[in-house]
Amino acid sequence: MDKVLIANRSEIAVRVLRACRELDLATVAVYSDADADALHVREADEAVRIGKPQAQDSYLNIERIIDAARETGAGAIHPGYGFVSENPRFAAACEEAGIAFVGPSASAIAAMGDKAAARRIAREADVPVVPGGEVSANGGDALRAAEEVSFPVLVKAAAGGGGRGIRVVREAGELDGALAAAAREAEAAFGDPTLYIEKLLESARHVEVQVIGDAGADVVHLFERECSLQRRRQKLVEESPSPGLDPATREQMSAAAVRLAEAVGYTNAGTVEFLVDREGRFYFIEMNTRLQVEHGVTEMVTGVDLVRQQLRVAAGEPLEISQDAVRAQGCSIEFRINAEDPDQDFLPSPGRIEALELPGGPGVRIDTAIYAGYSVVPFYDSLIAKLIVWAPDREQALRRGRRALSELRIEGIATTTPLHLRLVDDDRVRDGDVDTGYLERLLATAEEEAVA
Amino acid sequence: MADNKIKAPAPGTFYRRPSPDEDPYVEEGDRVESGQVVGLVEVMKNFIDVKAPQDGVVETFLVANEDLVEAGQDVAALADA
Repeated sequence: MDKVLIANRSEIAVRVLRACRELDLATVAVYSDADADALHVREADEAVRIGKPQAQDSYLNIERIIDAARETGAGAIHPGYGFVSENPRFAAACEEAGIAFVGPSASAIAAMGDKAAARRIAREADVPVVPGGEVSANGGDALRAAEEVSFPVLVKAAAGGGGRGIRVVREAGELDGALAAAAREAEAAFGDPTLYIEKLLESARHVEVQVIGDAGADVVHLFERECSLQRRRQKLVEESPSPGLDPATREQMSAAAVRLAEAVGYTNAGTVEFLVDREGRFYFIEMNTRLQVEHGVTEMVTGVDLVRQQLRVAAGEPLEISQDAVRAQGCSIEFRINAEDPDQDFLPSPGRIEALELPGGPGVRIDTAIYAGYSVVPFYDSLIAKLIVWAPDREQALRRGRRALSELRIEGIATTTPLHLRLVDDDRVRDGDVDTGYLERLLATAEEEAVA
Repeated sequence: MADNKIKAPAPGTFYRRPSPDEDPYVEEGDRVESGQVVGLVEVMKNFIDVKAPQDGVVETFLVANEDLVEAGQDVAALADA
């Protein structure tokens, strides 16, 4: 394995390129017609055009990506996040082609990709799950499952994930309609209408544990990330450590994540997501079988380069870290800079970046693929940069975040930067006293005040 | 107030149908009300409604299904009802 193809774009493609370069691995970029001028294409040693702008014609086209790896003689493919990263058929296609997939086995992806099956595996591994139950194809047992855990509940697609395919049901009368709509949506989006029901845990925090395993079957955790600041189930700010976790809970949750990963023979990097209620009880929700957008905050507090470890594991080498040696130090916070206008209900804002000034100085990291003169294209995700800060404690990290955000200047398009500047000064955020509904409540209040 | 235009609310890919296997929102010659959805723009994984700015008749679409549009671009001409 001396050449790696990166089956992704934007900041994560550049992030992986950097790790490859530090390991003296040659790199192959793939790109759609919309990305001919993209930074990941410029920076890679080789680049292969794989199709039209629409993702299904390019970054989701398994055959084209495998062909590109064959043509260039790449021995491994790193999928980044999104696109083909959690597609077991892609991992299997790599295996068939004799190419190392930088991620877990196809069977581990499939096991965790079925969220209802993942709950069963979690229960068997003695990992607490959100109370709920499975829904048979005719939906006949749904009402009983919902009443058993009491309304409000969530109807979720077994094949969903990443916050997609979810409906809130507040009372029994809404259940049938929600089941029908969710099944239809799930069939259209994921090709699988299977549903399950979870109790809606209100005022819970979202806390997730980073794990990584090697072929020697050792799974190591790298502590947790708090990701409660979300809008429409999309994370906006992430930090490590979680400000709302006591040491005992942290230890139990980390151990539970390792048990779950070991139960499916997990190799490479993954994230076990939990909800934590007000009493500090935690419940498994899903496992993401890939590198996470917010992996950078874990890297900042542990000093471990997760992408480097991923590449080593894919090459059949052991992890360079052991559980005893992993230490978390200080506090790291990530602010997602999206091309969206927070003052216009987060309307996407693609377009040309007329001027760009990036922050720097102590404890500041920027993961991005934008440059002055680059045009943010409308075809993909709105994430254009991740501003990550580290400081010895949370108070200093928030101050550093405010300082770095105020240095960031992106002209020509709207971004979420002004919202982050409000958040770092918000009392509840400063106190670390937030749940997954906090940001939306804050935005709704701000809107009401603007109207009044 | 003849010769009004329905404009794209955001840049992206224009669609005339809610999903590939459904009928178009409206056909040329259809009467529409102010605020009625006549299409979608897909931008950065979001779907944004394209709405008629006032009552009228959709005279002609000025862009094809799946065409790329700019923010504010005219997507259809609206005649008085």
